Amino acid sequence: MTPVVEVHGLRKVYPLEDSPGVVALNAVDLTIAPGEFVAVMGPSGSGKSTFMHIVGLLDRPTAGTYLFAGDDVSHLSSDALADLRSRALGFVFQAYNLLPRTTALENVELPMIYAGVPAALRRPAAMEALDAVGLAKVAEHQPNQLSGGQQQRVAIARSIVNQPNLILADEPTGALDTASSEDVMALLRRLNAERGMTVMLVTHEPDVAAFAKRLVTFRDGNIVGDVATKERVLA
Amino acid sequence: MISFAQTIRLALTALIRNRSRSLLTMLGVVIGVAAVIITVAIGTGAKTSVADQINGLGSNLIVVIPGSVQTTGAKTGTGGASTLTAADGLAIATLPGVAAVSPVVSVRTQLVANGQNWQTTVSGVATSYTYVRTWPLAQGRFFTQAETDDTAKVAVLGQTVVGQLFPGGSNPVGQSMLVKGVPFTIIGTLSPKGQSGSGQDQDDTVLIPYTSALERLTGSTTVGSLMVSAADANTIDSAQSEITALLEQRHRIVAGQPDDFAVRNLADIAQAASSTASILALLLASVAAVSLLVGGIGIMNIMLVSVTERTREIGLRVALGARAASILRQFLIEAVVLSTGGGAIGVVLGIIGAAAIAYFAHWATSVSVGAVLLALAFSAAVGVFFGYWPARKAAALDPISALRFE
Repeated sequence: MTPVVEVHGLRKVYPLEDSPGVVALNAVDLTIAPGEFVAVMGPSGSGKSTFMHIVGLLDRPTAGTYLFAGDDVSHLSSDALADLRSRALGFVFQAYNLLPRTTALENVELPMIYAGVPAALRRPAAMEALDAVGLAKVAEHQPNQLSGGQQQRVAIARSIVNQPNLILADEPTGALDTASSEDVMALLRRLNAERGMTVMLVTHEPDVAAFAKRLVTFRDGNIVGDVATKERVLA
Repeated sequence: MISFAQTIRLALTALIRNRSRSLLTMLGVVIGVAAVIITVAIGTGAKTSVADQINGLGSNLIVVIPGSVQTTGAKTGTGGASTLTAADGLAIATLPGVAAVSPVVSVRTQLVANGQNWQTTVSGVATSYTYVRTWPLAQGRFFTQAETDDTAKVAVLGQTVVGQLFPGGSNPVGQSMLVKGVPFTIIGTLSPKGQSGSGQDQDDTVLIPYTSALERLTGSTTVGSLMVSAADANTIDSAQSEITALLEQRHRIVAGQPDDFAVRNLADIAQAASSTASILALLLASVAAVSLLVGGIGIMNIMLVSVTERTREIGLRVALGARAASILRQFLIEAVVLSTGGGAIGVVLGIIGAAAIAYFAHWATSVSVGAVLLALAFSAAVGVFFGYWPARKAAALDPISALRFE
């Protein structure tokens, strides 16, 4: 099967004046196959966020190759990258980033608007995604009427609504209490298991990383560990 | 990729989410456009009413008045001399560029009729007067040429005089009236004409044959003025020079000597008046344009604040697959919707304001479709112009830092 993500010698240097610049990623090789659930860990400054941004097509590498679902995306235009993001990627952020004063349903519809999905198809698809995260009953609620855990589940519904090749979750539990964190992680785990969604999770909490099937550890711009995690029994 | 219609809906949704701020942002443009509409309405209205008043004086009217005379160093003003005669009028009537002439002999005197009395200006005129002044009758008839030739004692009353002498609303036609003690028969009434351009009540008048006025009221042979109707609006200038040439010949004015009469063309006055009104309207419109400009700057200000405040939202939209162009378009559309919406509200308020001014201040106002379209187009342009920079800023945001913006 074609890997969802395949990077070779990925390097990212942030240029600085009068110095060689800051090396965020040195030379990273990684392959993520469809259906995987990968947790990326590492201390601050290890390059894990930079890696996620490049994988999420929000940033470009300084050197190296990046094949996304088999296609070389290193040289695509910003517009082509934007179109690819709308179709093939789903994002979950630490701060949820839901539009305020906008219902959960409309928030979930937003990626479909940018993907050019006809209006008539958007509502049922958004309802289906909200149902998948167990929030169909709050479809008409606005973010400020939802708990943090519910807001993050709405954000997850938003990330899956276009059936993307890859879901990128950046510290998705960073703003949540333990119970809500477990809910959110269990949900991601279930979407991975039941729907075969490929998930890449960036976190610095080992408890959260334990929900993944594979653990990749970054340090100083290099991958220093890549192991299968012990299967954790779903609650 | 997102469609244009969809971008418009995104922009509208974003504006509705911030309803009160959107309305406040519009306020500058609302006031600017309302000001434009009202000032242009007042300007146009003033222009039309000046034109109406001048047209109300008569069709293609030329007025000949006596000139100034100098007696032992003291000059009387224009019209001070008594040099024009009814015969001058008859001669002018034969000129090719002239349609009709009426002498005017005015006397201020007391009227008595129906047990009432009233002081007014009695004017002796020719049968052509109603044509020259474009002044139809309300009741009865005007006097005839035969009555003029016979110095008949017949009179036609203006509406103000009718109101004063016949306050009960009884029919004045056929009644008798004393003019300076001479009994006249009232044969008709004039339709109301209202105030003249200088604010005089034109209906406060009585018309009698000029022959009767000369013989029975003034006892002189000279007339106060000659009212001439040119055959055509285009021949007013040539008629004017024909009249000047004819009168110079009749009054034996040697070349180089000043004329003892003056020929006034109302078209000139009309033009001067309407160009004054245009300058006024232009001035008002430019003041209004400045307020629109200020409104536009207000929109730019709020859009810049909005871009900063919605940095995370912009980052999210980019992450979700918005192209830079669609971010730019969304913010630009938001600005244009704000300014055009403000413009539309301003147009409505301007129309209401113009109507209110017409109602309460009794100023003629006229809202033109052109002014409305211009104001709307201008406010849309304000939106594009002042919205572009904030929209560019939004589109140029780096999504990664935008997503982390606190």
